[in-house]
Amino acid sequence: MQRIGVFICWCGSNIAATVDVVKVAETIKNEPGVVFSANYQYMCSENGQQLIKQAIKEHNLTGIVVGACSPRMHEATFRKAAEEAGLNPYMVEIANIREHCSWIHKDMEEATEKAVILVRTAIAKVKLNAPLTAGESPVVKRALVIGGGIAGIQAALDIADAGFEVDIVEKNATIGGRMAQLDKTFPTLDCSACILTPKMVDCAQHEKIDILSYSEVEEVKGFVGNFSVKIRRKARYVDETKCTGCKLCMEKCPSKKGLDDFNMNLNTRTAIHIPFAQAIPNVAVIDATQCLKMKTGKCGICQKFCEVGAIDFTQQDTFIERQYGAIVVATGFKPIALDNFNEFGYADNKDVITSLELERLMNAAGPTNGVLLRPSDNEHPKVITFIQCVGSRDTSGCGKPYCSKICCMYTAKHAMMIREKYPDTEVHVFYIDVRTPGKNYDEFHRRAVEQYGVDYIKGMVGKVYNENGKLMVQGSNLIDNEQITIASDLVVLATAIEPEPSVRKVATLLTASIDTNNFLTESHAKLRPVESPTAGVYLAGVCQGPKDIPETVSQASACAAKVICLLVKDKLKTNPCVAMPDEMMCNGCSQCANVCAYGAITYVDKEFRLGGGKTEIRRVASVNPAVCQGCGACTVTCPSGAMDLKGFSSKQIMSEVEAICKM
Amino acid sequence: MKISYYPGCTLRTKAKDLDDSARLCAKALGVEMEEIENWQCCGAVYPMGTDEIATKLSAVRALDAAKHNGGKLLTLCSACHNVIKRTNEDMKADGDICFRANNYLKLDEPYKGETEVLHYLELLKNVVGFDNIKKAVVKPLNRKVGAYYGCLLLRPSGVMAFDNPENPTIIEDFIRAIGGTPVVYPFRNECCGAYVGLKNSELPKKKSEKILQSAKEKGAEEVITACPLCLYNLQTNGGNILPVKYFTELLAEALGVQA
Repeated sequence: MQRIGVFICWCGSNIAATVDVVKVAETIKNEPGVVFSANYQYMCSENGQQLIKQAIKEHNLTGIVVGACSPRMHEATFRKAAEEAGLNPYMVEIANIREHCSWIHKDMEEATEKAVILVRTAIAKVKLNAPLTAGESPVVKRALVIGGGIAGIQAALDIADAGFEVDIVEKNATIGGRMAQLDKTFPTLDCSACILTPKMVDCAQHEKIDILSYSEVEEVKGFVGNFSVKIRRKARYVDETKCTGCKLCMEKCPSKKGLDDFNMNLNTRTAIHIPFAQAIPNVAVIDATQCLKMKTGKCGICQKFCEVGAIDFTQQDTFIERQYGAIVVATGFKPIALDNFNEFGYADNKDVITSLELERLMNAAGPTNGVLLRPSDNEHPKVITFIQCVGSRDTSGCGKPYCSKICCMYTAKHAMMIREKYPDTEVHVFYIDVRTPGKNYDEFHRRAVEQYGVDYIKGMVGKVYNENGKLMVQGSNLIDNEQITIASDLVVLATAIEPEPSVRKVATLLTASIDTNNFLTESHAKLRPVESPTAGVYLAGVCQGPKDIPETVSQASACAAKVICLLVKDKLKTNPCVAMPDEMMCNGCSQCANVCAYGAITYVDKEFRLGGGKTEIRRVASVNPAVCQGCGACTVTCPSGAMDLKGFSSKQIMSEVEAICKM
Repeated sequence: MKISYYPGCTLRTKAKDLDDSARLCAKALGVEMEEIENWQCCGAVYPMGTDEIATKLSAVRALDAAKHNGGKLLTLCSACHNVIKRTNEDMKADGDICFRANNYLKLDEPYKGETEVLHYLELLKNVVGFDNIKKAVVKPLNRKVGAYYGCLLLRPSGVMAFDNPENPTIIEDFIRAIGGTPVVYPFRNECCGAYVGLKNSELPKKKSEKILQSAKEKGAEEVITACPLCLYNLQTNGGNILPVKYFTELLAEALGVQA
C-alpha cells in the first residue's frame, strides 16, 4: 500500500495570495493513498525541509508531492531532503502551483481549484514512480572556449591558471576580437591595445592554452563532462608552424586592393596579410578571394620571397576532433547593418561613419595614423555631430528594441577625446537619454559636458543630408522645443550592436537556447547568469547581452569559476531518467536511433528464448545511459511503443492526463 | 473588380485632375471605382479635436457604407485617407469613441471598424500589383521623377501602416513600374507647410522651396504627390523650381489613357 505525503507551500504571498493553501492541503487529505498533508509558509526553508523529513520518517511515506514553485527552482532541494530522510529522491514529484497557477490567475476560487487538480495530477504520477539510482560519468579535464575576444581570452586564462587545458577556437586569423579595434577604453582612457595585447601574449605563452585561430566549431556531440567537438581549421595557405611573422610577403604582395576589415574597410590591405601588428598568432593569412595566384594561377611572389617556405597554396581545410568537459561561448558582437536607416545618409556620404569606424580613425595604428581626418577629403573636421541610439531602443521594427548599453559611454569618450586633441572642433551629441550608471561612469559623462564643453542636445535626428559640401543634421531640440539643423563636417552614428551572426550556428550545435534578438539565454537571469540551460555550456561577453569591457571581463571570470567547479570533479552524477527499451516489444526498426540527437542508441543482436528449448536471435535497441539525456524523442517515435523513459513512462504521463480529465 | 470609393470635397473642386486620372487608370487596370452614395466631407479637422465626436461622424458614415458594399473603402486624397483611416482605428480600438459615435448615428448595426481602408497607391501595389501595372504600360515614362510623400500618408506610422515613415519606398516602386527612374532625395517626407500658409505665408514658401530644391539637386525632372494640399503648396509656394503633378496623372500617361 502506497503512503503518500503532500506538502503545500505558500511561497510567502506568491502562492498564498491567490491560492487558498489551507483548503488545498485539507482537500488533498481525502485523496486515496494520501496519509499526510500539510502547508507551510516557505517549504524550501530549513524548517520546511525539516517538516518534510520528519513526516517521511514518522508516517513511513513511500512517495511525496510538493505543491510549490517550478521544479526548475527547487526540485533538487526537495529531492535532497527526501534522500536525507531515507526516501529515494526520485519518489518526489513537484506540482507547480506558482508559475502554472498563482502567478497567472487572479481569481482565488479558480486558482485554488486548479491547484488541487495540479496536486492530484502529481499524486497520480508519484504512485507509479519507481526508485531510481543516478549513475556516474567521467569528466574530461579540458575546456573549449569559442571566440577569442576579451571574454574568451579572460575565461581561458582563468581556467588555464587553475591548471586545466583550454583550447580557444577563433574564427578570425588572430585573437583579440573587437577590443583590439578600439582606441581608448572608458572610463580611464587607457589605450585598449596596451591592456589587451599583454593578455593575448599570455594566452599564446600559457602552457595550458592552445589557440586554434582561423578555425570554427563544426560539430558537437556528447554532454556535460564529455563533449566531443569537431573543429574546422580553415586553410590560411600559410604554414603556422613555419611563418615567423616577418611581413616580407606583405611588402611584396602585388594585390593591394582588398578592404582592410580590421580597419572597418576604411583602407586597403594586401591579399597576404597579418591583421594587425600585435596579432596572435603573428602569422600571415592569404585572402583567397583576392590572391592573384589563387584567382589566376599567376603570381606566387610571396612564396618566392618567404625565407622559411611557409606559403602553401595547396593547403586545404582540415578537421580535428577533441574531447572537452565544458564549453564557454564567447562569440561577441558586431554593429548592426544600417540598411534600414537611410535617413542618416550612411550609404551616400563618406563622412557619415559609425563609432567603430571612428575608433579606427583615432587609433595610432589605424588608416590615418591616429590623426582625425574625415574620409572624403582627408581634411580635419571642424564640426562633428554624434547621433546616439541609431538602431537601439527602436520600436519601429527597423532596429533593435534593446539598449546597446555601451554607446553613451563611448560617445562621451569620443567627444571628450576630440575636444582634448582638437580644441577648435565643435562637438554636438544628439541623445534620447544619457545612461551612464557604473563606477566613475556618470562622472566621466559630466566631464565631457562640464569640462570639455561638448554640446549635448536632447532629441532625435530626423535626417542627415548633404548641402553644399556640408552634412546637414536635422533634429529636434526637446529642451528648447525647436527644430534645429547643424551643418557638420563629420557625422558619427552610435550604431546598435547585435550578437555576432555565427552565434546562431554555435547555439544550434550546442542545443543552447537563444532569444528573439539572438542573445544566448542564461539558465536563470539572476541566479545563474553565466550558465546556459544546456549543462556544461557557459556564456561570456556580449553573446549573452550587451555589456562593456569591465562587465565582460567579470562575467568571463565568473564563467571560468563555474568551469573550474565542473572540471575539478572526477565524476558527474548522471540523470537516471533515461530511455529504456522493452526488448520483447522492440522490432529493431532503427527509428529511435535516427531521432536520437545524442547518439545514445545502438543496436545489438540478442538471443531470446521462445520456449520448448528453442531460441531466436533478434536485433534490439540498446540505450547508453551515460549518453542519453532523457529528452524523450525516441519514446514518441517508437512505432511499437517499446521505448519508455524512466521517471516519465507513458503509463505515468497517461495517469496524469487522466487525473486532470477526471475533474 | 469593384471597390467602394470615397473621393472627398477637394477632388470635386480644385483636385479634379486627381479624381479624373485615377478613375481612368483604374478602369484601364480592370478596377471599377464605385462612388459611395451621399458621402460628406471626411471631417478634415479631425486631428485637432481629440475629445469630440461630431468631426468623426461623416467618416464613420462613409466607412459604414463601404462595410455594406464589399468591405473595402478606397481613398485617394492623402488628407481624407488620414482622417478616415484614423477614425476607423478609433472605432476599432477606442471603446468610448465607438460607443458615442454609434449613439449618434443609430445605424441598423453598430459600426466597429470592420471596413478596410485602402489608399489608391495601396490598391495599385497590393491588389493590382506593380508587376501587372508594368505589363499594362504602353508609354514608359523614361524620365527622372521625385516622389513627394508629405506627412499624411505616413504618419502616425503605427495607425497608417502605410510604409516606413523615415524611408518609404512605395511611390519609388510605383515610378519604376511605370517606366520612370525614381529620384530619392532627403526632403521627400518633410512637411510642405500645410495650412500654416493661411496665417504665415512665408513658412510654406520656405518648406516647399526646400523640398523642390532638394529634388532638383538629386536630378529629378518633376515631382509627384498624392495630396491636393501638398500639390497646391509645391506649385504655388515652391518657386516654380520643378513641375509638380499628381501620381495618377503620370500613371495615365504611361497607360496611354490621358483624357
